Amino acid sequence: MEGSASKQGLRTDIIARAFENMEYGPAPESEARAMAWLDAHKRRFGHFIDGRWVEGSVHFVTRSPARGTVLAEVPQGTEADIDLAVQAARKALPKWQVLGGHARARYLYALARAIQKHHRLFAVLESLDNGKPIRESRDIDVPLVIRHFHHHAGWAPLIEREFPDWVPVGVVGQIIPWNFPLLMLAWKIAPALATGNTVVLKPAEFTPLTALLFAEICKEINLPPGVVNIVTGDGRTGAALVRHPGVSKIAFTGSTEVGRIIREATAGSGKKLSLELGGKSPFIVFEDADLDAVVEGVVDAIWFNQGQVCCAGSRILVQESIEQRLLARLRVRMEKLRIGDSLDKAIDIGAIVDQSQLARVVGLVEQGEREGAKRWQPSWACPESGCFYPPTILTNVHPSSTVAQVEIFGPVVVVMAFRTPEEAVALANNTVYGLAASIWTENINLALDIAPKIKAGTIWINCTNVFDAASGFGGYRESGYGREGGKEGLYEYLKPRWMSEAKEIIEEPEVEAEFSSSSFPRDIGLPPIDRTAKLYISGKQVRPDGGYSYPVRGPQGELVGLAALGNRKDIRNAVEAALGAFSSWSRMSAYQRAQILYYIAENLSVRREEFAARLAQMTG
Amino acid sequence: MAFERNPGTEFRLDWIEDIYVNRSAAERRAATIGTRRTVKNEWQIGWLLKAITLIDLTTLSGDDTPSNVKRLCAKAKRPVREDILKAVGFSDRPITTAAVCVYHSLVPTAVEELRGSPVKVAAVSTGFPAGLSPLEARLEEVRSSVREGASEIDVVIQRGLVLRNEWKRLYDEVRAMREAAGHAHLKAILATGELATLRNVAKASWVCMMGGADFIKTSTGKEAINATLPASLVMIRSIRAYAERTGYLVGFKPAGGIRSARQALEYMYLVCEELGREWLEPHLFRFGASALLSDIERQLEYHVTGRYAAFHRQPMI
Repeated sequence: MEGSASKQGLRTDIIARAFENMEYGPAPESEARAMAWLDAHKRRFGHFIDGRWVEGSVHFVTRSPARGTVLAEVPQGTEADIDLAVQAARKALPKWQVLGGHARARYLYALARAIQKHHRLFAVLESLDNGKPIRESRDIDVPLVIRHFHHHAGWAPLIEREFPDWVPVGVVGQIIPWNFPLLMLAWKIAPALATGNTVVLKPAEFTPLTALLFAEICKEINLPPGVVNIVTGDGRTGAALVRHPGVSKIAFTGSTEVGRIIREATAGSGKKLSLELGGKSPFIVFEDADLDAVVEGVVDAIWFNQGQVCCAGSRILVQESIEQRLLARLRVRMEKLRIGDSLDKAIDIGAIVDQSQLARVVGLVEQGEREGAKRWQPSWACPESGCFYPPTILTNVHPSSTVAQVEIFGPVVVVMAFRTPEEAVALANNTVYGLAASIWTENINLALDIAPKIKAGTIWINCTNVFDAASGFGGYRESGYGREGGKEGLYEYLKPRWMSEAKEIIEEPEVEAEFSSSSFPRDIGLPPIDRTAKLYISGKQVRPDGGYSYPVRGPQGELVGLAALGNRKDIRNAVEAALGAFSSWSRMSAYQRAQILYYIAENLSVRREEFAARLAQMTG
Repeated sequence: MAFERNPGTEFRLDWIEDIYVNRSAAERRAATIGTRRTVKNEWQIGWLLKAITLIDLTTLSGDDTPSNVKRLCAKAKRPVREDILKAVGFSDRPITTAAVCVYHSLVPTAVEELRGSPVKVAAVSTGFPAGLSPLEARLEEVRSSVREGASEIDVVIQRGLVLRNEWKRLYDEVRAMREAAGHAHLKAILATGELATLRNVAKASWVCMMGGADFIKTSTGKEAINATLPASLVMIRSIRAYAERTGYLVGFKPAGGIRSARQALEYMYLVCEELGREWLEPHLFRFGASALLSDIERQLEYHVTGRYAAFHRQPMI
């Protein structure tokens, strides 16, 4: 409701209706700033290579799947673009490595805090481009992204001490999917930079926009050119990156099919590889679980991000004794789910990323029904335009059914019953995948017995889809290998020092082996510690309610810093605070007030030069 | 269709023996309800007007006297300024709070002030807020408030009975209170802040409903922890399960610490999502609050004028 100064002309018929039927009504998040950002780039982007924008030749469009509208054009990366990016990353490598962990930490902190300063812009852009609900991008994706950079900023100065016989791999090629575009970028870039690598990242063709905004952030914090390079494009661009001889490691998140192709392509090349692939994760419900908790768990497991989550709990395994009760409660809950535009703040389910993905979901559900599955969907209808699919339960499904085996990657969950804990384990492990599992029971002994018997990289107990940067994420079996997050995730971007080719890439790594303050290279210099200018309200430094910042520029248009963009709620809080302080302040004696003013002057005087410099910087 | 009061059931220990409440799951659900649902603009106005009709406008202070209770009653009858009502299209629709809620000795004043208005008089009773007086004294307090004209009685349960799992005794006490209340509606206050676990909250909810409570209410407002969303969630789910099992609809009343329009809306989202639209009416949902009304008025004034008003612009409670 930002900027709505006057509310005259209220539609009283709507008020009366809302009073009667208590419907939620539309609650749109403003897209104005995201659109302004796209417009500032004339809705046409280049690749981000060596710290600058590089024009592409052929472009493709990226759309809002909820609305079908074109958001922007991005270039299709060619082999030459990939080569340029890898060269830039290689060129940046020696300086970046010699900079040391402490300086890299400052850059990572600066990235984290810069994203924080623009977090609403990132969230809105992500929801526009991907179709996910703004609640998720705002409350889950972007906070996890920030946390990931903070966590790895913490690791950066510790790398030399904690991994004494390991060195960075060099230039890393990273290919990420469309389901969590910015979060997957963070999972890839943060550990790579913390460990002293430089990267070339290819975002998914459906969802390149937040990666491009991230590129702009890299410029904003003066990340050295070439350390992060972003080349957009489809699978061909990815293939060029995988094949490039200058790349020492490929990190890939996506489908098992593509993962397999990448593994073949890198085999024998000496390239290090980590793959985070598909899943068909079991969601195991024992008869002594809190069923209401389970129902919300299912919502978080399979209707989070429209089910387009590699670790989605897409196979409900429920003890036969409570199967019908659980299904009944699930149906009641599903009737309450709301689907709609990704920028509506009161929806549970947004749009499927693309028509092609929607067609895949539709096709698999039809195949399931042909094989005997019973489909249940809530009575409400999806929006007619846009790329939507309703939440769906398939019952009468067995391990032999296609829908029990293949990853649907949509809001569709299959339900199978088990009789005993042993059978639950057997069914859970009866899959080619092994990414995650969740176990629901109030019996801690049972949970602790079952958890280690399940072959999956992550086991959640009485919760699901819970992530943290400190906890490694990755798979077993055809869900891939390698971990992202935690100390274990850092090994993916390091290799043993003895590996001979290390010498090719790492210039004099021994110089940096001893970590001390004297090892800082003085000619490069430490980047400054990033500062967040906040609002000052009621004696507290607070971030702006709206989650936006704006640039403050000097007389030549150079960026001096970012200032918090206050909205009407910040103003309201500030006025309230001032009003609250008024009575005690005004009751003070003039002498007391003079003392406080003197105290302010005293402190201003101590920081005289800083203020003078700041004024000069802003006004010339 | 006339609304049929919950008559209660016989005491069924087996209904509460295997109740499980997963605390962290309940907390997760409670923490996200306000981020999953929101209402804006005209819809928000509609919801806030509804919220006013759900308020038991309350004063429960040791220094209550007829003068401040009269002020409270006047505000309950005319909770929103005329110009605001006009701007939102409600000038021809009387909006009042659902009830006023006072101590026993102020019941006659409230009854007198509210005669002829739709606003009901509720009395807190049974040795409020601790509920530790002799049972016969507590029951007599209920009966005398009803005699004085209170049509709703907010009773407290003995928390010790819950902590000691003396469910049958708790049931018998609530039953006796229901009988003492007669035609007056009975709201059983669980004082969830003193029940230690969510499982106890669920079990106590069930026992009170079996005992014939028309409403279950979170708190007296006098505990260290008053209404919280997780405890409310557990009570709401118990109400839902009780309705599934018996067919009777029991009301819910969060009370204590609900001061802002935003908080009130969160409770309404929770009720709407977990119980359903039909619960968002005064016969099934109440807020125990006072300052809340001023914040709702202020929010309404913002919608009408585009500016936030200082509290002094709202006629005080």
